[in-house]
This record gives sequence, C-alpha cells and structure tokens, in this order.
Amino acid sequence: MRKLILTVAIGAVLAGCSGGEQPAAQSDADAAFNAKLQQQLLDAKPGTVIDIPAGHYSLKRGLSLRTDGVTIRGAGMDKTVLSFKGQVVGPEGLLVNASDFTIENLALEDTKGDALKINQGKNITIRGVRVEWTGGPKTTNGAYGLYPVKTQNVLIEDSVVIGASDAGIYVGQSHNIVVRRNRAEFNVAGIEIENSVNADVFENTATNNTGGILVFNMPNLSQAGKATRVFKNQVHDNNTGNFAAKGAAVASVPAGSGVVVNSNDKVEIFDNDVANHQTANVIISSYFSTNYYNAKGVAADYNPYPKGIYVYDNRFGPAGESPDGMKLKMLKTAVYGVSGKFPDVLWDGYADTKSMVNGKLPDDDRICIVGANGVLNADGPNDYKNPSTDTKPYECTLPKLPPVVLEPAPKA
Amino acid sequence: MKSLKRTAALAALLCLAACNRGMDPVAYHADGRPAKLSEWHVVEVRGGKLVLNQGVVPYDLNTPLFTDYAHKLRTVWMPKGESAKYNPTDSFDFPVGTVISKTFYYPKVAGGQKDDVARTYDSSKDFAGEGLDLANVRLIETRILVHRPDGWAAIPYLWNDNQSDADLARTGAVLPLTLVADDKSREDFNYVMPDESQCASCHAQDWVSRKVHPIGLKARHINRDYHYADGNENEIAHLMKVGYLTGAPAPAEAPRNANWQDQHASLNERARAYLDINCGHCHNPNGAANTTGLTLDISAPDDDRHMGMCKPPVAAGRGTGDHMFDIVPGKPDDSILPYRMNSAEPGEMMPEIGRSTVHKEGVELIKAWIAAQPGTCVTLR
Repeated sequence: MRKLILTVAIGAVLAGCSGGEQPAAQSDADAAFNAKLQQQLLDAKPGTVIDIPAGHYSLKRGLSLRTDGVTIRGAGMDKTVLSFKGQVVGPEGLLVNASDFTIENLALEDTKGDALKINQGKNITIRGVRVEWTGGPKTTNGAYGLYPVKTQNVLIEDSVVIGASDAGIYVGQSHNIVVRRNRAEFNVAGIEIENSVNADVFENTATNNTGGILVFNMPNLSQAGKATRVFKNQVHDNNTGNFAAKGAAVASVPAGSGVVVNSNDKVEIFDNDVANHQTANVIISSYFSTNYYNAKGVAADYNPYPKGIYVYDNRFGPAGESPDGMKLKMLKTAVYGVSGKFPDVLWDGYADTKSMVNGKLPDDDRICIVGANGVLNADGPNDYKNPSTDTKPYECTLPKLPPVVLEPAPKA
Repeated sequence: MKSLKRTAALAALLCLAACNRGMDPVAYHADGRPAKLSEWHVVEVRGGKLVLNQGVVPYDLNTPLFTDYAHKLRTVWMPKGESAKYNPTDSFDFPVGTVISKTFYYPKVAGGQKDDVARTYDSSKDFAGEGLDLANVRLIETRILVHRPDGWAAIPYLWNDNQSDADLARTGAVLPLTLVADDKSREDFNYVMPDESQCASCHAQDWVSRKVHPIGLKARHINRDYHYADGNENEIAHLMKVGYLTGAPAPAEAPRNANWQDQHASLNERARAYLDINCGHCHNPNGAANTTGLTLDISAPDDDRHMGMCKPPVAAGRGTGDHMFDIVPGKPDDSILPYRMNSAEPGEMMPEIGRSTVHKEGVELIKAWIAAQPGTCVTLR
C-alpha cells in the first residue's frame, strides 16, 4: 500500500511541475496519473485504500472499478481535484460496479456525463465529495452528480454538488438510503430520490436549483419507490430556470419549486425550512402532469398517483409569487389575482378514483397537510378549470415512518 | 473415438495452414497476464502476415458490434480433447482453457499519412493466404478472453508501431486516427482501446454476478458461412466438425440473427440483429442498463415498451436530445434512440463506450426501422 501511495505522490509532484493552465489539455504527467489511477483500480483487492494526494489532475478518460471493498480517498474536496474537462472517453467520471465501496474527500469536476455512478452494490458510502460543473448551470453539463442506482445501504453525507443538468444527488431504484448534510446548488434537481424504498433526507441545504428536493416514481422500472422522509433541510431560493433537456424526468419541474413529490408513496416532509420559491414551496403531483404518460409506453401496473403524503411542522417562507410556465401563471391569476400568490402547497389534483370508497381515499393514501398557509388543488384532470382552495380535505395525520437504519453501519 | 476424430480434423487443418510451421503450440495461461500477445501463440506475425496458429479457428458474426469501422479477426481455440457445449440462446459452455481472441485492425489508405485508416466495409484485401496482410492493414489491438478455473478473464493488448507484437495494455489507450472514406473525405477521431475493467461493460451481461462471458460465440451470431482455407462452411457445423462444439443441431435448426447489411432480410430482422449485438449486452433484463427499463436484446418482444416504443426515458439526462420518448413510431427524428446513436459525445451517445464515431449506416438502419413502425404515442391525462 505504501508503495502505491508513493507512486501516486510522484505523479502528483510531476503534475504540479507541469504547471500549465490549459484545462482541456492533458499533460504527460496527467496521462500517467490517469493510467496509474486506473491501474490501481484494476489492481485493487478487498480492503485496498487508494489514497490520492492533494493536487489538480486532468483526466482524459473515465475511470471504472469492479472490485468490492475498495476505498478511494482524497486529501479534501478542495484539495484533491480530478478534472474531466478534457474528457474524450467514458460516460462517467467514475463508474463503480461493486459493494462495500467508500469514496471520500475529493472532487470530480466537469465530467462529460455523470460524475460518479454506482450501478449495483451494497454498503456504499460517499462522504465529503464535491461534484461540480465549473461553468455554472448549463444544459451541456453532465446529467447526474452523485448517482447510486440499484444499490442498498447507501450513505451520502457532507458532499457538495453544483451544476448537474439533471439531478445533483440522485439515488435511484435503491433500498435503505441516508442523504444528510449535503449541499446541492445550481442543479436542475438538487436532491432526487427515485423509485427507492426507505430513504432519509435530512440536514441538507438545497438552494438555487430548479427544484430543491424531489421524490419521484417513474414507470417501467423494477421497483416502485415508497417511504421517504424529508426533514430538517434548508430548502430555499430554488428558482434557477429549468435547464434540463426535454424528455428528462426533471424537465417537467417548474422553476421555483421547493420540495416536489411525484407519483411516490408514503412521503413525509417535516421540520424543514422552505422559502423563497417562485412557484411553490411544496408540489405534490402525478405522472400525468409530466406529459409523458401514454398507454403504449407505460406499464399497465404503474401507479401514477402520489399516496400517503404527509406534510407537517415545516417553517415556510414566502413563495408562489411568480410560478413558472404559462399554465401555472394563468392558474395563479385566476385563483389569487394578478398580485396574489400560490399557497405553500400545490397539488395537481389527480386522485386515484378507482381506489376510493364512498368518494374518499383510504386513510393511509391521503394527502395530509398540517401547518401550511394553504393548499391549491389545481384540478389538473380538468385542465385547471375548477381549482379549489379548500384545505379541509387535507386535515388529517398519517402514521409516521420509522427512521432508516443502515445495516451494517457505514465505516467512519 | 471422439478425440481421434478431432485429432484427424486438426491434422487436416494443420496441413492447410502451411504458414503455421514453426509456431509454438498455443499457450493457455491459467493465471497472470503475459506481457506480450505473442506469449499466447494464438496469432503471430510471420512473413509480413498475422497468421493463426494450428487449431485456432476463425469466425465471423452475422451482425457484428460497431467499433469505429474497425475490421475484426475473431478466433477461438480449445485445449486438446476439449469442446464447448451448445446452447441455443446464451454463449456456449466453453471448457476451462478456451482462448478467444479478437484483433481490431484497419485497411491502410493507399498513399495515406501515418495515422490514416480506411473507412470501408470491403475486407477483400485484408487477407493474404492464411492471415492478414500487413502490407494492406494496420493492426490496432488484440483482446484475449481466456476461460480460467475462476471464470473468464479479459486481457487487452496494444500493437506496437512496427507491428511485430502487441503489448499488454491493461489501462487501455487512446489513439488519434483519421478515417478516410472511399471519396477521400476525412474524419479525425480518437480510437479508444478500453481498459481491462471496461471489457466487463459489454462482457458482463449480468450486472449482479458481474461474470464475464463471450458475446459473439452464440448460435444466433455465428450461424453463418465462413470462408475457411478449405472452403465455405457454416461456422456451427465447422466447430462441430473440428470437435470444438458438441450438441449443436443442424444449422437450419439453430437460431440465426440477420446480417444487418443483407437487403434480402426484413427491415425488422436487420434492425433487431443490430440492436441485439450493439445494445443487448447492457440492455437486457440483467445487464448494466436494466436500470432503464429498456430491453434491446433479441428476446424482447417487438412493438413493446421494453423495446422503447413510446417509453419515457429514465436517466438519459441530456441524452434525450430534447425528445420525449425512446421510440416514437414512424418518427425517427423525434426518437431518443437514433439521437443517442447519432452522437459521439460522451454523456450523450449510446453505446456509452466502444466507439468514438457515429455509425452512419447503423443510424440509417434504425431510423428506417422506426419510420416503419405503426402507431402513435398519445399522451394520457
């Protein structure tokens, strides 16, 4: 191990000596570093720790790892920087197909595609990792920042993601997830939990995204998501214009959205500070509102309705003054007047009438809102013709979800 | 009895392969990674040709994977007395000791510059007698797939500048080359030799087991004729004849993918064969892309959302190209699938690795196929 660190350190010194500020070019030293790091990933055995010393390294080629039990560790998210600005190969910065994986204390910058993708694996820890597209929010940025998919027992903490053209932190089709103390800024979606089961998202700051924190269910996937708790987060000023490519799930998110639930079940949103969103602090919606729903392309057993959504004890600041999109603007004016604004919670109004008994949803499937300044049922099914501001339908409580327990507990 | 027959067949091959005289026998390395390709004695440069050793059987695929217009020489070899068991759908059950090789090369451009390579489907000048004529082709890389007791290992080799041997290149390489078409139009590109771990991107078709397997040596891909030294023969029949395969039915009874360029095959057969070999190694129910709900291997039913019909993308990001659905029937220009095939941008393009250029003819095929699909994607509320 000592030898490995030494060789990388030499690489780092060489890289430092090259000194040229040409981000797109890859010096010989950087090329050697790129090859050496990939070699380390190839040679890694369970228990291997790959230390990358402080330095700014330009990588031309994406990296991949397929061995369990490996730790990749930098000297700090602002000290060890892997820059993929000149990347010619590889859809990701780093692709991992392995379990018991830890990555910490480094930065991945300007990948062409996703920055860190972890596809299949258990016991994944991402800690103190910065992902950034340094040119600010752009459609040409990579899609996802931190992207575990089909994983179990996932911890993402103390990380920073800036500029993803889809979602900054995106956990998909996974089980047992903790996302805490991260900062997501200037992404289309700050943090997105999709088709995942048992997720705790807390003590994060999501700001300047198009939408702050999203909990989505998409059709045609191997599992439907449920049981996500979003709590103690700072979600504010997510008003950046949507810069996702059309067709991406998040492209349907209006700018100025705080917390968005789409077609997901058993979502609990509490104890958050949510403020300064031009569209709404909280949006609860169905897949119908994305305009992607069609009989041919969506599995017949897909459930597009958000069910069992519980919003309570949040601290909501100003919101809803200038919703994104013509339809929402007209809706706002029609209901609240030119100088009026949307309430904290906006619901698109699609309810699963088939599961209703005597015109009512089963108790556990209801949308319950406590402590908001109002709820607007937009009446999406009738093209916003008869929106309702009646809050009575949401006066209820739901059983609280248990905390997510990561087992085994992640290594400190 | 079987091994006798086998020995006779091999002897016959040996006699035909006259230029193999003097080559050491093929070496199966049960572990480690030899530093030079020549240490395997599978293919070697002799007398200005890349020749195959005794018992090394070449084969081609009905529809091959596209790799920046590279030509490929594929071979399989097995230890004496060993053979693979036939399987109608998956790769054959190869014995430990099997060595598969795939050499990527380009025809040279007459009067071209150092890194000019020809963009052509014509391979008639590639071969000289028993091997590739190095006067006419430039060797790029050879990938070895070896079946060891603990599974298949993929070992990549990069050909040296003087084309005498190839060196182990576990971390791959990037070679700036220029494709020169018949009309002399030029396209600069980076030929990317994958690193060892990226081999699994295609060859591990089950993303949970992560086990590497051969892709091309499946009945449907090799159920076709090959121009062997002793004449044309069906590849499955030939493997049976030389004793490398057992249990195969007559070729007519075995599955067969279409040749994507065969104008006599139906558009659907050609497109499905193309998607199968180029996409199906990830886009299958157990593959890396099973996160997308898009299944493009040959087993997916036609006209199904799993094939992408009206299917919204899941995590395509900017790869959607501003399109709503993977395939919009009748509307290739509104479909994500050809958009991603038509891109060479990492982060947008599909397949994600294995090419740096756009396969124009492949894109045209898939566009034509989508244009012929009936129906529409009517959005519901």
